[in-house]
Amino acid sequence: MNNFLFTQPFFKKNGKAVAIYFLVAIIFWFVFLVIIPQFYMLDLSFRTNVPPLARGGPEDYYTFEHYSHFIFGSKTATDAFNFVDLGVFGRTIFVSMLVTIANLLFCYPIAFYIAKIANPSTARLLIVSLIIPFWINELLRSFALRILFANEGVINNFLTGVGLLDQGILFITYDIGLYTGLIYAYILLMMFPLYNAIESLDINQIEAAKDLGSSSFRTHWRIVIPHAKPGIVSGCTMVFMLTVGALATPVVLSSPNTLWFPQLIYQWFNMNDNWSRGSAYSIILLIVSVIFVLTMMRIFKVRIGEIIK
Amino acid sequence: MSADVELSDVSVTFGSFYAAKNVNVKVNGGEFFSFLGPSGCGKTTLLRAISGFQEPSEGKVLIDNKDMSGIGPNKRPTALIFQNLALFPLMSVSENIAFSLEVRGVSKEERKKRADELLELIALEGQGDKKVHQLSGGQKQRVAIARALAVEPKVLLLDEPLSALDLKLRQRMRTELREIQKRVNITFIYITHDQGEALTMSDRIAVMNEGELEQIGKCDEVYNNPLTPFVATFVGENNPLYGKVTGIEGDKAKIETADGQYLATMNESKKLNIGDESIAFVRPESLFIPRDGDNFDNKINVNIESFEFEGNLKNFYASLKSGAKIKFSVPNAIDTSFITSGSSIVLGFESSKSVILPKASLAID
Ligand SMILES: Nc1ncnc2c1ncn2[C@@H]1O[C@H](COP(=O)(O)OP(=O)(O)OP(=O)(O)O)[C@@H](O)[C@H]1O
Ligand SMILES: [Mg+2]
Repeated sequence: MNNFLFTQPFFKKNGKAVAIYFLVAIIFWFVFLVIIPQFYMLDLSFRTNVPPLARGGPEDYYTFEHYSHFIFGSKTATDAFNFVDLGVFGRTIFVSMLVTIANLLFCYPIAFYIAKIANPSTARLLIVSLIIPFWINELLRSFALRILFANEGVINNFLTGVGLLDQGILFITYDIGLYTGLIYAYILLMMFPLYNAIESLDINQIEAAKDLGSSSFRTHWRIVIPHAKPGIVSGCTMVFMLTVGALATPVVLSSPNTLWFPQLIYQWFNMNDNWSRGSAYSIILLIVSVIFVLTMMRIFKVRIGEIIK
Repeated sequence: MSADVELSDVSVTFGSFYAAKNVNVKVNGGEFFSFLGPSGCGKTTLLRAISGFQEPSEGKVLIDNKDMSGIGPNKRPTALIFQNLALFPLMSVSENIAFSLEVRGVSKEERKKRADELLELIALEGQGDKKVHQLSGGQKQRVAIARALAVEPKVLLLDEPLSALDLKLRQRMRTELREIQKRVNITFIYITHDQGEALTMSDRIAVMNEGELEQIGKCDEVYNNPLTPFVATFVGENNPLYGKVTGIEGDKAKIETADGQYLATMNESKKLNIGDESIAFVRPESLFIPRDGDNFDNKINVNIESFEFEGNLKNFYASLKSGAKIKFSVPNAIDTSFITSGSSIVLGFESSKSVILPKASLAID
C-alpha cells in the first residue's frame, strides 16, 4: 500500500514531504470543513427541534416537519402553502439571477476593453482600481452604499439640494440600494474569469473576423463570446451562488419589509433558536441553487469541466 | 475579378519611429507580387495598411484607383491571411470557410454549396465537418486560403503564411499557392523574409529594408541587377569586393581593391565616377575554376579554407590575400578532387556577371 502510494506520479513530481502535506491538507479541508458540517446539518434538518439536554430522548426523532414547514407553513396556518417563505425564496433566486445577468452585462465590455483594447499601462491601472475598493470589507461597503442611498443620504441630498427633485427617491424602500449592493458585492468574481478568458483570445481572431466582413456585434457573438464561454460560466456560477447566499449586504441594504432568504435562515438559527429548521432551509437553498446552476449549464450546453479550463 | 493596388507615398509611424517610409509601388491586377525583407523591416505593417487595419500616417492606399482612406477592413475588397492563420478553432472547417457568407446573411444551403466548392478547390472534399484542430498544418493553410477566397476578394494578402510549415510542405505549398492564384486569377500580395519563396512564386518582388523599398522588379531582374548592396546580398548570396573606382569604360567600371583590380558592370541608374568608394559583387555560382582555353575578364587568387557538400552543389570557402572571405559553388558533377584545404587556386569571373555599386551597408552586416 505504502509503496503503491509513493510511486504515484504526484509523489514523484513533488517529493514526499510536499505530497504528504497536500494530501493531508486536502483531506482535512474536505472532511472537516465540508463533509462533517454538511452531514451534521443534513442530519439536524431531519430531526425535531429539541434543547440539547433532550437529545436522544423520546422527543428527538426523525421528521420531515422542517421541509414541510417550508412548503406548507406551520400546522396551525390557514393558508394552503407557506407563501411568505416560498415568496422570499423565489424572489431570492429570481433576483440573484437578474443580479448575475446584470453583472455579466456590466463586466463584459469592461473586461473586453481591458483585455483587448486598452494599452498595457491603462489596463494595469484599471485592474488595480477595480481591486482596491475590495480591500474594504463587504459590510463596510454595504454601509457606504447605505450612506449614499438613504432617504436623507448623499444622493438624495444632492438631488434635492441642486433642485432637481422636490423629494428624495426612496432607494432603500424600493430595494434599489439592495440590488446595487448585490451587483457590486461580487463583481470581481465576474470580472476576473471574464477578463482571463477574453485575454487568452488571439487578437488575430478578432481581426480575421473583421477582415471577413463581420460587424463588431457578430464578431463578439461568434468569436469572442464562444471563446470566453468557460469564463462566463464560471463567473456566473460564482456570482449566482454567492448572491443567493449573501447575508451582510441584504442585512444592511434591504428595505425593512423585504427579506433575503439567508436572512430567514439566520433568523431560524439565531433568533428563533431552531437549528433544525435553519439547517433544513440551508439545505433547500443549497440544493435548489445547485440544481438551478446545473440546469442553466444544460441549457447553455456547458460541461462542468469547461469551467475549470 | 482582380484589382490594382497602389501605395502612394505611404508612411506608417509609431511615435517617431517609421515602420514604413515613403513607399511607392503599383501592383497590377492579377499579379503575384511579393514584399521581401528581413524580420522587422515593416512588411506586416504595409500589409495592414493595405487591408485597412492600420491607417497610413502619410500617403494613400488606392485599390482600383479608389482612395481607401477611412474605409475599414470589413469594407475593403481585400482578404488577409494572417501569419498564424487565425482560423476559428470552435467552428468546423466548413463554418470557417463560409464565415464571410454567414456575415452577409447568405442562406445555409447556399453557404454549404459554396463551402463545398471551395473545399474542392483546395482538395479537401468531404472534410468540411472536421474541426480545425483535426487538420494537418498544410490543410489548415489551405483552409485559411479558402476562407479568404470565400469573400471573393479582388486582392488576397498573405502574411508569411508558410513560415510555420516544414521545408517539404513549404515547397509543396508554394506550387499549390501559385496554382490557386492562376485558377482564381486575383491579385496576390505576398509577404516573406524567405527569398527563395519570393523568387519561385512571384511575378514581381519588392525588396524592403528598414521600412523603405530598395528595389522593385521581376525576380531575375532583381537577382541579376540589384540596385543596392543590400539587395545584392539579401536576395541570393553575393561576395562583396570593396574598393575604389579607377577607370570607366562604357557601362563597365574598374575597381581597385586590396587584392587587385576587377572589371564589373555598372547599373544604368547608379553611375559611378573615378575615385568613388564602391563594391563589386560576384555570386558564388559565377566564380569559375578556369580550364584550358578559358579567358575570364577577371582573375582572383584564393586560398581554400573549407568545403561543404550541399547535394547538387559543392560550396568552397576561401580567403583572399587581404583576409577577405569569398564563397564559390561548383556543380556536383564537376570533379574537384584537386581542390584541398590550404591549396591556392585561381578563380575567374566575367565582368558581365559582376555588378558594381556605390558603397552602402550589406544585408549580412
Ligand atoms: N503597434 C506597433 N507599435 C509600435 N511599433 C510597432 C507596432 N507594430 C510594429 N511595430 C514596429 O514596426 C516595425 C515593423 O514591424 P512589422 O511587424 O511590420 O515587421 P515585419 O517586417 O512584418 O517583421 P516579421 O518578418 O518579423 O513579421 C518593427 O520594428 C516593429 O517593432
Ligand atoms: Mg510580420
